[in-house]
Amino acid sequence: MGSFGDVLASALQLLAGADARLLGIVALSLAVSGAACAAAALIGIPAGGLLATVRFRGRRGVLLLLHTLLALPSVVVGLSVYLLLSRAGPLGAWGILFTPGAMVIAQTLLVLPLVAALTRQLVADAMHGNAEQLRSMGASPLQLAALLLLHERAALATVLLTAFGRAVSEVGAVMIVGGNIDGVTRVMTTTIALETSKGDLPLALGLGLVLLGVVACINLVIALLRGGARRRLAFGPAA
Amino acid sequence: MSAPLIELHDCAVHFGATPALAPLSLRLQRGECVVLVGANGSGKTTLLRLLHGQLASRLTQGRRRAAPGPMRGEVAQAMVYQRPFLLRVSVWRNLMLALWLAGVPRAQRDARSREALQRAGLLAQRGQDAHALSVGQQQRLALARAWAVRPQLLLLDEPTANLDPAATREVEVLLRDFAADGVTVVLSTHNLGQARRLAQRVLCLDAGQVVADLLVQRFFDGPLPAAAARFVQGELP
Repeated sequence: MGSFGDVLASALQLLAGADARLLGIVALSLAVSGAACAAAALIGIPAGGLLATVRFRGRRGVLLLLHTLLALPSVVVGLSVYLLLSRAGPLGAWGILFTPGAMVIAQTLLVLPLVAALTRQLVADAMHGNAEQLRSMGASPLQLAALLLLHERAALATVLLTAFGRAVSEVGAVMIVGGNIDGVTRVMTTTIALETSKGDLPLALGLGLVLLGVVACINLVIALLRGGARRRLAFGPAA
Repeated sequence: MSAPLIELHDCAVHFGATPALAPLSLRLQRGECVVLVGANGSGKTTLLRLLHGQLASRLTQGRRRAAPGPMRGEVAQAMVYQRPFLLRVSVWRNLMLALWLAGVPRAQRDARSREALQRAGLLAQRGQDAHALSVGQQQRLALARAWAVRPQLLLLDEPTANLDPAATREVEVLLRDFAADGVTVVLSTHNLGQARRLAQRVLCLDAGQVVADLLVQRFFDGPLPAAAARFVQGELP
C-alpha cells in the first residue's frame, strides 16, 4: 500500500483520464439517486403539503411516524426492500432484485420521509399569517399548499437537493438490494466500500473525491439559491 | 329599503374564553362605503372577518346572512389586509392566480388582469417580481387583485396604515374608483381624515362594541356617544 500522496496522485490520474469504468459507476449513481429523488418528490411534496394544510383525525400520529422514519437506517430500508423483492417475497414476481430498479425503490423509501417532513415544515412555516389571506381568496387545502410551495420554491429546491445528497451518499440499502454487481448495480458508495476492502485505494479514493465533488456541487447550488432569495429580499420592497 | 347585501343579527364572537365582539346587529346595503374606526383591539378586524364569513366557527350567538350568491366569475366578497400577502412571482401571475382561485373562467382571466392592472396603474410593472414593488405599489396590487375578482363586497383592513401620504392618496383614489362601480366597501382605519374623505357611514367600535353607527356628516359634526367622542378627541384611556 503506497503513501496517501501516492494514492491521491493515482486517484487524480484516474479522474483526469476520465476512466470509463469510473464514469460508468458515477453515471449509475447519479441516475439511481436522481430517479429516487424524483419519485420521492412526486409522492412526498404533495403529501407533505397536505399534511400541513389539512386537519384530520390521526394527523398527530402520522406526523410522529413521519418524524420517526427520518431516523430510518439505510440498511433497514435495504433489508425491508430485499424481503419484499426476494423470490419468496410478496413482490418477488417482479424479478427486479439486484437491478438498478430495486436500488431506486430502496432509495426512494429512504428519502421519502425526509422530503415529506421537510416539505410539511416548509409549508407550515409559510402558512403563518399568509394562509388566512389565501383561504379568503378561495384556496382549497391543495391549492394553498401548491401556492405556498410556489412562493417558497427556492427552499423547496433545497429540500430536494438535501434528499439527493442523502440518497447519493448512502451505502447500506443499495448494497443489500443491488448486490454491488460490477457493471450492473455498482455505484460510487458500494465501489468505495469494495475497493477499500480489496486494497485498490486509488479507485476508492477517486470515487470518494467524485462523491465529495457531487456534494460540493449540491451545496453550491443551495448557496446560490439562498443567495438569490436574500438578494431579492435586500433589493425587494423599497419604502 | 332594498334587501341588504349582508346582515348580521345579534352576532357575538369569542376567541376561546375571550370575547372579541359583543352581540351586534348590522345591515350593509349595496353600494355603501362604510368606515370602521376605533382603537387597537376594539374589534375592527374581527368585524371585517365576520363580514367576510371567516368566523362562522367562532360565533357564539347570532347569525350572518348574505344576499344570494354572485354569478359565475364573480365572488361575494374579497378582503385586502394591512400587509397583503403577495406571492413571490410576477405582478401578472399574482393577478392570474387570484382569478384562478376565484374560479374565473380561463378565457376571461387575461382581459381582467390587464384591466385591473391598468386601473391600479401597474400595467407597466406586470413583468416585475411583486416583491420588488414599493409598499404603496404592493398595496395597489392587492387592491387590483381584490377588484379583479369582481366582489360584491370589498373589505379592507387598514389598507393605508403603512403608507406615506402620497401612496395613501393613490390608494384612496383607487378605492373611490372601485366604489363608483357599485362595489360595497367596508374599510377600517385609524385615520379620521380618511374616514371623512371616503365614508358614507361611520361605525365606531370600542372594546368589541359598536358605540356609534352614523352617517359621516353626523359622525363628524353632531354630538357623539361618550366612547366615540373620546376616540375622536384622542382621549382614549
